[in-house]
Amino acid sequence: MALFRQLWNSQLAALRKLGAVVLFLGEILAQCPAAFTRPRLISAQIHNAGVLSLVIIMTSAFFVGMVIGLQGYDSLARLRQEDILGAGVALTLIKELGPVVTALLFAGRAGTALASEIGLMRATDQLAALEVMAIDPIRRIVAPRFVGGAISVPLLTAVFNAIGILGAWFIGVYIMGVDGGAFWSQMQEYVDPEDIGEGVSKSIVFGIAASLIAVYEGYNCAPTAEGVGMATTRTVVTTSIVVLILDYMITAFLI
Amino acid sequence: MKPSQAVDNLIEISGLRFSRGSRVIFDGLELAIPRGSITAIMGPSGCGKTTLLRMLTGQLRPDEGSVRVAGQEVNRLSRPDLYALRRQMGMLFQNSALLTDFNVFENVAFPVRENTSLPERLLRNVVLTKLQSVGLRGAAGLMPSELSGGMARRVAMARAMVLDPELLLYDEPFSGLDPISLGVVLRLIRLNNDALGLTSVVVSHDVAEISQIADHCLVLSEGRVIASGRPDELADSDSELVRQFMTGAADGPVPFHYPAPDYRQQLLGSS
Repeated sequence: MALFRQLWNSQLAALRKLGAVVLFLGEILAQCPAAFTRPRLISAQIHNAGVLSLVIIMTSAFFVGMVIGLQGYDSLARLRQEDILGAGVALTLIKELGPVVTALLFAGRAGTALASEIGLMRATDQLAALEVMAIDPIRRIVAPRFVGGAISVPLLTAVFNAIGILGAWFIGVYIMGVDGGAFWSQMQEYVDPEDIGEGVSKSIVFGIAASLIAVYEGYNCAPTAEGVGMATTRTVVTTSIVVLILDYMITAFLI
Repeated sequence: MKPSQAVDNLIEISGLRFSRGSRVIFDGLELAIPRGSITAIMGPSGCGKTTLLRMLTGQLRPDEGSVRVAGQEVNRLSRPDLYALRRQMGMLFQNSALLTDFNVFENVAFPVRENTSLPERLLRNVVLTKLQSVGLRGAAGLMPSELSGGMARRVAMARAMVLDPELLLYDEPFSGLDPISLGVVLRLIRLNNDALGLTSVVVSHDVAEISQIADHCLVLSEGRVIASGRPDELADSDSELVRQFMTGAADGPVPFHYPAPDYRQQLLGSS
């Protein structure tokens, strides 16, 4: 009985938190038009969340691409279908791995930075000071970071896909000897605009979710060193779980 | 409220009740703060002094009662009206709360940039004037991490004054300062109040220091004002609690020892 009550309470708490996040998203969206009137604030955040994540995204993408290229070649070679390696790699990356891995890497690199930055502002009364100065922290601090993050993820996903495909090409064509013409032509043949649309849709949704979770956790963290640390951890954990759940839901909806 | 009262008092609080969970912070608090004065709010730790400042700025809403600033009921204002009222206030936070990514100049310029469309040249002059008034014009290019505690407090003071507010709120402005910095901040509070015609509310534990500049003191305890008057009047108060607070006596109505069983019995008796 106690276990059931504990489970019920935790479910209730999760539902309450979901409601709070949705209300927070509403507040941010209400301030987004004002944020767009100051594009410099948004471009600064695209730089922080996007440009500064490029190294980790590109490095990871190259190695992920090489692994898929290697595994794909190994599997396809058994069926004597190496020529469709390019198509297989592209579909895997564009529809699935690109958006998901990018979102997870974004949460680890930029999401944690966003959460800890805003959390530290909370802990050091900077957000309270803004309020007293008649400056809405949601408008000035949260909305530009949310928008910057949400724009960055789809762009980073595109970079991830491109570099990942190059990694697979390097392994498949350059190392394992797959025909380069076949690699690219099969990719062109089998990758449809709908596939790209699926990947883009996912990356947009993941970008919104990852950025929202990061700014929410930072803004609502306990104003202590421990609180900021926990907010940072929660950002990575929650984003990872939410991205994987959303990935399944979108895939199931689109297939 | 009588019209004459509204003119005399910038802040009026009546019947204020506020609780955090089961803990009652204010239990029917009544107070008035006259325009143009420096009012010190004192009281034991946890008596709600900082909470009171947050009520004045509308960051917290009371459970019951009214908080009026400049004739406006803070807890009933719409968001735009509350923000308009906040533009007439400045607040100095205990930890200064400077924006760590901006240098001193940009910190002071920040409220002006965000709330007005002042031309850059004029803005520069306003900021440098405020920094000059706190003696830190030469530190305009420094980052907050390069400032001492006293300097950070003075920059925060310049920032709080930059929109020429009617009301300045100070939350523990002397905590953690060396004697020289403390003396500087003390002098600046008095000077700014008189030169700019402000109303200042200073929350402080430092009885001796604040008594030097305060026109009026309020002592809070158990959710109410237990004493008010000039600092010298409070030192001669009939209330033992007020006298203990003003003289800093270790024992008195607020006991030195936390309630415990008999000492001898506990030492000699069986566990």
